[in-house]
Amino acid sequence: MASTTAPSRNGSAERPDTQPPPARPTGPSAWRSRLHRWDTKGTPYALVAPFFLVFAAFGLFPLLYTGWLSFHRVSLYNVDRAEWVGLRNYEDLFTGQVSHYFWNALLNTFTLGVLSTVPQLLIALGLAHLLNYRLRARGFLRTALLAPYATSVAAATLVFALIFSPEGGMANWVLGLFGAGPLHWEAGRWSSQFAISVIVTWRWTGYNALIFLAAMQAVPRELYEAAALDGANRWQQFLHVTIPALRPTILFTVIVSTIGATQLFGEPYLFGGQSGHQGGTDHQYETLGILMYDQGFHSSMLGRASAVAWTMFGLLLLIGLVNALLTRRLRASQ
Amino acid sequence: MSRLSLPRARSGSAALVSAVAALALALTGCSSDEGSASADGKITLTVGTFGTFGYKEAGLYDAYMKQNPGITIKENPTTVEGNYWTALQTRLSGGGLDDVQALEVARISLATSEDLADAFVDLSDAPGVDKKDYLPWKWDQATTADGRTIGLGTDVGPMAICYRQDLFKAAGLPSDPESVGKLWAGDWAKFVEVGKQYQAKAPKGTAFMDSASGLFNAVVSSSPVQYYKDGKLAYKDSASVRTAWDLAVKAVQGKTSQGLKMFDTPWQTAFSKSTFATTVCPSWQQANVQQFSGPGNKGKWNIAQPPAAGNWGGSFLAVPASGKHVDEAKKLVAWLTAPEQQAKVFQKVGNIPANQAAYDLPGVVGYKNAYIGPDAATGLIFSTAAKSIKPAETGPRAGDLTGAFSTGVLLMEQNGKTPEEAWNATVRQIDSTIQ
Repeated sequence: MASTTAPSRNGSAERPDTQPPPARPTGPSAWRSRLHRWDTKGTPYALVAPFFLVFAAFGLFPLLYTGWLSFHRVSLYNVDRAEWVGLRNYEDLFTGQVSHYFWNALLNTFTLGVLSTVPQLLIALGLAHLLNYRLRARGFLRTALLAPYATSVAAATLVFALIFSPEGGMANWVLGLFGAGPLHWEAGRWSSQFAISVIVTWRWTGYNALIFLAAMQAVPRELYEAAALDGANRWQQFLHVTIPALRPTILFTVIVSTIGATQLFGEPYLFGGQSGHQGGTDHQYETLGILMYDQGFHSSMLGRASAVAWTMFGLLLLIGLVNALLTRRLRASQ
Repeated sequence: MSRLSLPRARSGSAALVSAVAALALALTGCSSDEGSASADGKITLTVGTFGTFGYKEAGLYDAYMKQNPGITIKENPTTVEGNYWTALQTRLSGGGLDDVQALEVARISLATSEDLADAFVDLSDAPGVDKKDYLPWKWDQATTADGRTIGLGTDVGPMAICYRQDLFKAAGLPSDPESVGKLWAGDWAKFVEVGKQYQAKAPKGTAFMDSASGLFNAVVSSSPVQYYKDGKLAYKDSASVRTAWDLAVKAVQGKTSQGLKMFDTPWQTAFSKSTFATTVCPSWQQANVQQFSGPGNKGKWNIAQPPAAGNWGGSFLAVPASGKHVDEAKKLVAWLTAPEQQAKVFQKVGNIPANQAAYDLPGVVGYKNAYIGPDAATGLIFSTAAKSIKPAETGPRAGDLTGAFSTGVLLMEQNGKTPEEAWNATVRQIDSTIQ
């Protein structure tokens, strides 16, 4: 490109009649114009380059390296002695020795995702709607929403582990008020997944509520006034004005929460204490992220862990594809 | 939103400031590390440990730094051994190891195997090290096939039983250490039987033992054949694994165990709530009993002889070959594991020395724990048990096997699985990760 355009540009400088803006005939100003062109064309690339360089080093390289590892048998402490096994790791995962745990983890990732994402977004929507009214101490309330998001996963999970503890935890005390027996939250499949969803919901609801709130404030007031004139009450306004206007935002939060749910790791890992590395004694809340960690760092089978990582990557690509299709349909319908 | 934007901008700049501060800290942290090695002739030795090694508590680092003015010691402790080992494995390939690394007995077989042995230096030629001082089986465990000893024993884990004399009394059982020891002398099955007797008259809301997985591990640990035989994984045919499993099943079905996950927070809380009457007490467990039961329960615990002598836990100190100050690190390890120092650690935190020369020092055999049964012969019980331990063959994945079986027992206790289901799940777990 550069070699072909450069002479032609020189040529244009000698024959001003061929170019529409012929106002730069002399040598130095031709150089300046070239510089200017590079500036306008090249600067954006130069400015985004650091991101892509960093991405190549810390995103792309690990991604490809993990892919390479997933075809090998590698132990954590002897990465240089990798042994080629072809698709063995993937076979292990889908039909072999680990398949029991893999499908279990996939199902858990899905159920935990639904259990935490759906209430989280519904509550966030409701909270945002309430905060959109003229409330007293509105600024404080809005800031307070972000507090859970700013709390570290470890701190939040440890507190919730105490709440759901079988030894005098608060959750069992509440159950006791209703006459229900004490529950061993961590041991049961559904009770443990419920407890973990509570942690996730607690941490992310405020964040989503703020995003919804920002979008709600962009909805023109006239729409509400018109609806009110037509006799719509608050609930109907919410249903027929707010929700449709928020559709792209809702889609965005759904996608982001889904990606977050697919990668769920910290909460179940820390919630499980000694058996957190395998998602509970019975793998009852083992997610794909935990399975990857367990295989790679607990059992030191890096190749198999890499295969889990690439499977997760494929899953996320699939989610991204669904997202793109949905967005396109949404745009077409508008 | 305008009200929001102001604090956000402020917090943005605050984040920037703190990021810069963190960067500055990191930079100075790096430079001080590098500088101390060469510039002023001072050497910083780092020691990676897990749990409680007791060196800081016994003032040993300070003493060593006073004797060797050119050396600064920094300990990098991790609470849970599992996390420590995971990090250590990563660093073995990725770099960033400490000058001295502690190794738990369940990992020593892997560390001495062909895969890892070259990562550590031979310590048998370290200044002042005398092979005869160490318990022979402890020395052999850390010795590779080609005769290099890559770890020096710090402590061993002879088992005893810690029990609550107040709860025993309330359940109509004898409560002095000698009579209690006689209740179950010679056989772990008797221990489970005593559990049934206890449970029949137990104070409300208490169980005989904290966890059946503790019982399982204790039974296996006191057997000469455990998970490995002739260099091969042989847990399925191991008599001790079978016996231990059956006893654990009995304990669970007789509801004599509280079903706690050992070392987890609920387990720690249960100590202070006095909800169980016994726990298996390897020497290092004394520190936990005291810490978690709290001052309010002082004088309620006592200690008795176990049904059978066995070893549970204990550690080594190793020096990674990749370290910058290998010779200095070797000197430090030799000093830390010498009899005098091990005796001090024992008196401070209760870890029984792996160096048997330490048993002859004053204040070891005669030691009495001020918190646990002030009248019990703690030092005598543990040193006797340590000498009568029959070493069992161990293997590269012994630590993972212990973990898998503890989980297996918990499946019955916490997840309501039948013994068959739990056994099958355990076998599946082992088959899927250990090849």
